[in-house]
Amino acid sequence: MMPIISFKDLCKNFGDNKVLDGLSLDINEGETITIIGGSGSGKSVLLKLLLGVLQPDSGQILFRGEDITLMDEHQLVEIRRQIGMLFQGAALFDSLPVSENVAYPIREHFTYSEAKIRSIVEEKLRLVGLLESIKMMPSDLSGGMKKRVGLARAIATDPAVILYDEPTTGLDPANTMRINRLIRELQRKLHVTSIVVTHDMGSAFLVSDRLAMLYNKRIEFVGTPEEAKKSTNTVVQHFIQGYIGEESS
Amino acid sequence: MPVRKTFLAIGHRFTNFAFYVGGIVSLMGRTFVALFRYKFDFNELIRQIWMVGNKSLSIVALIAIFTGMVFALQFSVGLGRFGLKMYIGQVIGVAIVRELAPVLTSLMVAARVGSGIAAELGSMVVTEQVLAIEALGANPVAKLVAPRVVACVISTPILSLIAIALGILGGMFITVMEAGVSYRYYMDQIWRSLVISDITSGVGKSFFFGFFIAIIACYQGLNTTGGTEGVGQSTTRAVVYSSIFIFIADFFLTKIFILFS
Repeated sequence: MMPIISFKDLCKNFGDNKVLDGLSLDINEGETITIIGGSGSGKSVLLKLLLGVLQPDSGQILFRGEDITLMDEHQLVEIRRQIGMLFQGAALFDSLPVSENVAYPIREHFTYSEAKIRSIVEEKLRLVGLLESIKMMPSDLSGGMKKRVGLARAIATDPAVILYDEPTTGLDPANTMRINRLIRELQRKLHVTSIVVTHDMGSAFLVSDRLAMLYNKRIEFVGTPEEAKKSTNTVVQHFIQGYIGEESS
Repeated sequence: MPVRKTFLAIGHRFTNFAFYVGGIVSLMGRTFVALFRYKFDFNELIRQIWMVGNKSLSIVALIAIFTGMVFALQFSVGLGRFGLKMYIGQVIGVAIVRELAPVLTSLMVAARVGSGIAAELGSMVVTEQVLAIEALGANPVAKLVAPRVVACVISTPILSLIAIALGILGGMFITVMEAGVSYRYYMDQIWRSLVISDITSGVGKSFFFGFFIAIIACYQGLNTTGGTEGVGQSTTRAVVYSSIFIFIADFFLTKIFILFS
């Protein structure tokens, strides 16, 4: 089966700082893959490259077989409709209420009636358990609630792929569990492909079908959580036990 | 070697300046493209015009009135030495319409609105809201920059016209009180001395000032780095660079308007 996303020999520099150097990774349709790695290892850059908001210096990013690095702005907009993203800090628009935050991508991509937009917004907020917060402003929400509204916004256009950038960072254990459960639930209900970027190993083991470890500017390890636990690769073992994350931060 | 270091520092500053100008020109180009290529958000434009007007009107009015008053006071002393107090209206009319109203209004817009735009966009950048706009399929320049630029281009000349009216009124109050000139004579002097090119020069300049205040502020905001500290720096730079631009461009625009009048 052809992977839904393929990173092929990807290189990315920021000035003299080389972030990715020959990174390759295939992601299969319907799976939840977690990309782990220390702070500043280039995990979030990988997500931005996939969205087309950053351009690689070389290499290919294939989405359903098409190279998005060669696409123009209009083609990228269509790709972005198929990819939802939950940002690290949720990135909700401060000036808009929850309902309009969730409606934002729907208004951008479709010309639906107000009634239809409202019903989609309610459906997505119900999925994340926040229908009662529909009229609230982002400033009135807790950190966990913001992430859930961000998740409702990410799935508003029924994307094929959802990207999670550090979904549990800064949350208390109860909210961390709630978000982890939501990631699993959404994958089961919506049959989406999920790419989770995190250095929270607890979440990584809970939500993932596969783990990919980004180390030294490329993918060091790919395998199931069980394979990661049993891996003899010292880099993987050190990260799981917390050494590399501490060194990097 | 101090000489080498000096030349390196000059070269570094020149390169930074060239990159800055390049960035501003690039943003101008992308704003023009966004204006015609993407659906324009008129609701956001009206909200921005309201924000610009609401933020600046009171301070622009206050400054215009007191500038007119202090000018009348100074000229009642200066021209009084030659027995020419009756011509205060002529001097004030030309000074306020051609120069003071557009420049002072634009400086106030730069301070109040430019800083607000840079702070707002800077905060949106550091909280990834600008990235979210792009990721959700919208164009950040069309959504954020274009409405703010158009709002400033529309609002700044209107604020300048209000400043002209209030500056002349402030001057009239002091001219009547201090110089003993009747208000009818003062207004008559203003109508006699002003020609249409004075008004087009003054209002035309504020049109350009408004455009560049918004572009510089948006550029600073969108290029914010370094978290909340970076937002503060962007805000300060937006006001300083806009103010410098207003003073430099004022000379060249005045020259151009004189050539074409």
